[in-house]
Amino acid sequence: MAEKFREDSEIISQECIGTDIYSMWLKTDKIARAAVPGQFISVYSRDGSRLLPRPISICETDKEKGALRIVYRIAGAGTREFSKYHRGIKLSILGPLGNGFPLERAGEGKKAFLIGGGIGIPPIVELSKQIGGVRQIIAGYRDEVFLAEELKQNGSLYIATEDGSCGTCGTVIDAIKENGLDADVIYACGPTPMLRALKSFAQERGIECWLSLEERMACGVGACLGCVCQSTEVDGHSHVHNKRVCKDGPVFLSTEVEL
Amino acid sequence: MSRIDTSVNIAGVVLKNPVMTASGTFGSGEEYSEFVDLNKLGAVVTKGVANVPWPGNPTPRVAETSSGMLNAIGLQNPGMEVFIKRDIPFLKKFDTKIIVNVCGRSEEDYCQVVERLADEDVDLLEINISCPNVKEGGIAFGQDPKAVEHITSELKKRARQPIIMKLSPNVTDITVMAKAAEAGGADALSLINTLTGMKIDIHKRAFALANRTGGLSGPAIKPVAVRMVYQAANAVKLPVIGMGGIATAEDAIEFILAGATGVSVGTANFFNPTATEEVVSGIEAYMEKYGVDKITDLIGAVR
Repeated sequence: MAEKFREDSEIISQECIGTDIYSMWLKTDKIARAAVPGQFISVYSRDGSRLLPRPISICETDKEKGALRIVYRIAGAGTREFSKYHRGIKLSILGPLGNGFPLERAGEGKKAFLIGGGIGIPPIVELSKQIGGVRQIIAGYRDEVFLAEELKQNGSLYIATEDGSCGTCGTVIDAIKENGLDADVIYACGPTPMLRALKSFAQERGIECWLSLEERMACGVGACLGCVCQSTEVDGHSHVHNKRVCKDGPVFLSTEVEL
Repeated sequence: MSRIDTSVNIAGVVLKNPVMTASGTFGSGEEYSEFVDLNKLGAVVTKGVANVPWPGNPTPRVAETSSGMLNAIGLQNPGMEVFIKRDIPFLKKFDTKIIVNVCGRSEEDYCQVVERLADEDVDLLEINISCPNVKEGGIAFGQDPKAVEHITSELKKRARQPIIMKLSPNVTDITVMAKAAEAGGADALSLINTLTGMKIDIHKRAFALANRTGGLSGPAIKPVAVRMVYQAANAVKLPVIGMGGIATAEDAIEFILAGATGVSVGTANFFNPTATEEVVSGIEAYMEKYGVDKITDLIGAVR
């Protein structure tokens, strides 16, 4: 099992990169070096009235500098608090958490779809840097596009927007179809409706598909059983059909989970 | 540090210190053993164990509230056989006492678990008659003094280990329930379980929890818990294990002064994975600072 670290990490920089979307680089020696694409960190509030850590996916790591980047959307008081902090402020974080994307399922001679939807796009950035083979990145947005520059650097980027303001008008699957793309393996992170659609898309076409799930969490380390998802097989922990998103996931094979 | 004595005796079981984990917040210790040296804890109290695996409630199961949180996990657990095969051997590797939290939907369920554990190497059983998040069992046994006394006496007849009855704060008078458990033959009490609460997401116009209601825990409930521990400890002769919002040694000492022999750290594990160990060292520092030789001198010292 990969080791987890609790660190008081210093904010190196923070900028707003879209409506309510923020990008923060944190100085964190151990976590950045240990992290693999698809893992997340728990970010603790500095306000004692907000107890629970916010699980936020790792967007990028810079192992030489010992730094990691998170890109998050303001979803409530906790993330709003984080968005107000600037360089030099310290945030308590725990990580790297979860399993991450299995990079070895792609590689030489294989074509992969790297798919992100909305605030599920950030972990696709580091994934696109580290994965081998042919990288076809499909990013779905409601309207406003973000992180496109980063994604473009690591593969061919296809964009879908719900309002049609950029790229394909519609979903990531519409973009795949419009561009006539195919793949041997899919990696995806995004809202549940998108993951559900990709699960059946992959099943129809017989493509191996890895999905990164999201759920309300408390502990982030597998103890509280707050963030379970329905699994097709009996889970290893409670011997029912509940896998823990924080510990057994967040990345699951699409056939492993019911969405 | 060797001069001070932090050991406490709960129903004949001597714990090296009064600090334990609150059931349901610490699994069976494995997840937190990456952060905490379990050897330093007085006891590990496990997540509730039933006779068979329980799937628990639908998600979302947790929601944050001001200085607290709501949960409605619904006692998801692998059942006693997996627990015995996997979790007891894990915990036996450490120099700490094992307290198994027992849950059930019916009296028979509780009896089965207690009987199955009779020959297992565990130190104490904590009987959960106070979970607010399951439809049958749980709290249904904990809100009526006759039911409390009855189930306590039935389990006491069958149990090989001393039994701790875990009480609910969702009652009019905690002393009535404490006395009922004592009359039924309980060896100790633990309190408080969570307070039933509700949160509504005004943007989605929906309940924050799939179960609609959940159990409130965390620092928000600490004053209620201290009051109830004080009342219960003064109403019965049994040792009381206090819990409800303990995050620091100062919190723990407050409970001890109110009458608690043991103290459990629960929700704090979620926001500080090393909270349990910090409470242990903080209690020692407090005793050093005030020249307290034996922690038992502090139990119920404020009257």
